[in-house]
Amino acid sequence: MAELACTPGQTVGPYLHLGLPYAGDNQLVGDAHAGAIRLHGAVYDGAGDAVPDALVEISQPGPDGRLVRRDGSLQRKEAAFTGWGRCATDAAGQYSFRTLTPGAPAGGPAFFAIVVFARGLLNRLFTRAYLPGSDLEADRLLSALDTSRRQTLICVAENGGYRFDIHLQGANETVFLAYRGDVG
Amino acid sequence: MKAAAEPARVESQSAITEQIARIAADYQGKDEPQPLLDYPPYRSSRLRHPRSPLVCVDPDEVERWAPCFGSRDVDPVDADLTAGHPGGPIGERIIVTGRVLDATGKPVAGQLVEIWQANAAGRYHHQLDQHPAPLDPNFTGVGRCLTEPDGTYRFLTIRPGPYPWRNHQNAWRPAHIHFSVFGTAFTQRLVTQMYFPGDPLFGLDPIYQSIVDPVARQRLIASYDHDVTQPEYATGYRWDIVVAGSRQIWTEPNADDG
Repeated sequence: MAELACTPGQTVGPYLHLGLPYAGDNQLVGDAHAGAIRLHGAVYDGAGDAVPDALVEISQPGPDGRLVRRDGSLQRKEAAFTGWGRCATDAAGQYSFRTLTPGAPAGGPAFFAIVVFARGLLNRLFTRAYLPGSDLEADRLLSALDTSRRQTLICVAENGGYRFDIHLQGANETVFLAYRGDVG
Repeated sequence: MKAAAEPARVESQSAITEQIARIAADYQGKDEPQPLLDYPPYRSSRLRHPRSPLVCVDPDEVERWAPCFGSRDVDPVDADLTAGHPGGPIGERIIVTGRVLDATGKPVAGQLVEIWQANAAGRYHHQLDQHPAPLDPNFTGVGRCLTEPDGTYRFLTIRPGPYPWRNHQNAWRPAHIHFSVFGTAFTQRLVTQMYFPGDPLFGLDPIYQSIVDPVARQRLIASYDHDVTQPEYATGYRWDIVVAGSRQIWTEPNADDG
């Protein structure tokens, strides 16, 4: 079957806050939820300046490593954990999620799947935020990277959660991904 | 005598247009269907694109699934951007509809589509928009809907105006609607902009021209469709969206779960 040509991406632009954020978007679980953690960080540009008009989305399994197939991400008050969230960066370029620790999927270490958007970024960027301490050496992606590049994909453990900074450009530039099998 | 302040270096439209043409010539005939992330005519991209190539990876399970949205997430009235205010918005009422498909032509059903846009005067309902054009008290410019089983989305809105921005001297964006789209996999996530046919600003706009393949960038232009137009009410535009990453490399063991 002939394949259709994919629609090109475009930047979210400076007014992304009008269309994308919503109440509870970054609260995958409530503060009082047993096992709630914080995943947070900053988005930086190539000059090391914070990016105040970026947006981060995460997808992740639950603590048991299994994916959740459940709607309700836009109406958190009624909903259980869906494994998906969204957070626009603030004036200091910071994002933050209240979520659960992702469990390791079968055959690999645990990570948050991340997609980044920003004014000035003409198409979205994908990356992964791996949990430190898990068996990362065997991971096919990480083992193919040199040490300094690999570090950009590993969260920093903190009291109560993890920090994951995203560098769009520069000496600490985050490793961004293309998925094999994509046709676009 | 006071020396004139050093003016900030603001490039002219002709300088930007010349850069656009030079890059287009460099890429002529090359297969580049997505925007260049490194595209200097769009000034804000200069420090916000990675310099290292993307690293190719096999998608893991979490990347082969998309988030799931349902009827409790989206109210059907959210697809009508002309509603929800005391009066109707000023502007040309339009219907924008189309289908979300994967590259094999399979519909993306029951999935979230979000849009945001300027009003008819080219002003966003956003505190950072300082364009001295009127805000419309009856228009916010935000909508969302879920696709139907055949992938169809449909919005009722007003046609947005073009607006100035500060990329260069006398810079204007062609009229557009921002679209945020999910596929059936995380890898298919797409945010883009839909444009209107025949816009005279296309050739001048570095965001549109960052897609250097002229055939590819036309995929962002809706078609006027008289079959979508409703008599005595609204003109109609059709625009289909094809998400990437469509090869079905993994199948769900239990399709009814959830």
